[in-house]
Amino acid sequence: MAFSVCVVFSVLVCTAAVTLRPIQEINKLLDKKKNILLAAGLMEEGKSIDELFAAVEAKVVDLASGEYVAEVDPETYEQREAVKDPSLSVEIAGTALAGIKRRAKYAPVYLVKKGGALDRVILPVHGKGLWSTLYGFIALDTKDLSTIKGLVFYEHAETPGLGGEVDNPSWKALWRNKIAFGASGDVRIEVIRGSVVPGRPGSQHQVDGLSGATITSRGVSGLLKYWLGPAGFGPYLDKMRT
Amino acid sequence: MGKSREALLGPIFNQNPIALQILGICSALAVTSKLETAVTMCFAVIFVTAFSGASVSLIRNHIPSSIRIIVQMTIIASLVIVVDQFLKAYAFDMSKQLSVFVGLIITNCIVMGRAEAFAMKEGVGLSFLDGVGNGLGYSIILLFVGVIRELFGSGQLFGQEILAMASEGGWYVPNGLLLLPPSAFFIIGGFIWILRSFKTDQVEEEG
Repeated sequence: MAFSVCVVFSVLVCTAAVTLRPIQEINKLLDKKKNILLAAGLMEEGKSIDELFAAVEAKVVDLASGEYVAEVDPETYEQREAVKDPSLSVEIAGTALAGIKRRAKYAPVYLVKKGGALDRVILPVHGKGLWSTLYGFIALDTKDLSTIKGLVFYEHAETPGLGGEVDNPSWKALWRNKIAFGASGDVRIEVIRGSVVPGRPGSQHQVDGLSGATITSRGVSGLLKYWLGPAGFGPYLDKMRT
Repeated sequence: MGKSREALLGPIFNQNPIALQILGICSALAVTSKLETAVTMCFAVIFVTAFSGASVSLIRNHIPSSIRIIVQMTIIASLVIVVDQFLKAYAFDMSKQLSVFVGLIITNCIVMGRAEAFAMKEGVGLSFLDGVGNGLGYSIILLFVGVIRELFGSGQLFGQEILAMASEGGWYVPNGLLLLPPSAFFIIGGFIWILRSFKTDQVEEEG
């Protein structure tokens, strides 16, 4: 009796999961594109995501050298799959700021042009929060490659209402026009405890902490430090500056 | 006829799972800041209570009493996963907003309570109706709370502007408390108060 209940319901669950997977994958991809657009500030109501995404050019970058890799197709390249492949990823030495042990050698970047000139560069970032790995995008203004235009996370499993507030639009709005790098080129952006006092030295590098979510806030600081730093997109950004 | 009518409509006002039995409060607080999420949640819960009631009732005479809770949980959990998968496929944004609360239907006391208290004793059709009825009872509170919270908290209904917000040049200054989960406590409390002033038999005796 109990056995047949198990069989019947496992079949039910499997069928639902398997038959709906392709549609879910499409949704996930669309959601990722939507978040790239959100980070870049290109999202418009009433237009389809694919239509808007046409303005975005995807490229693949070799993180160590900062050069574009022409032979890898950005459409099909999966950074998250590459992390699992030893030939496509490297171990992260020393204390891992982002809480991750390996990173892929190549990473996609998204370029947005406005009137022919490069306007925004959107970089994928990820790192550990409290429960989960946060996956997101950060958009930088190409004028100085330091002014943040947006930060979004499209996938995480932090506590709703606490760490999950990384999705809160009013918190995400705080990132706008913050300055990622200090004068000497070191990564200064961080999520602090409590709220930022405007006008205090360094406040342009600081973002309000999420109350009740110290570890998630620290995780966000750490992953940005890592991905914008020399081990992450540092070489690429240096190349772009020159 | 009278019995099935009672099973379907009784839980809406006379035996409301939230207002009388005070079950399922958690999700009622969490998903009601916007009507859109509240409505999706209502459909999800109606589906789960209805089909879990029917399935438990169908096999009620064969479930060994010692493992009956586990069997009920298996059924409920499976149905919830199916709902969750459907939302992910056809209403992705919605499933992201509802986040864990779809999964938490499994632990919604209403579902478990109806399976144990009703479906284990009654026939399939009646249990199905009882499930739909209790889902509707839950829904009516969610909609009531959702309308108040969205209308006075953000001046909208279903995302359509009803009251012009002061922040966008209108006249309405929204009540920020209503966007926070605790406000649902006050609204549910108010609902229970109103309900019990009409249906005085629901008032508990003091003593």
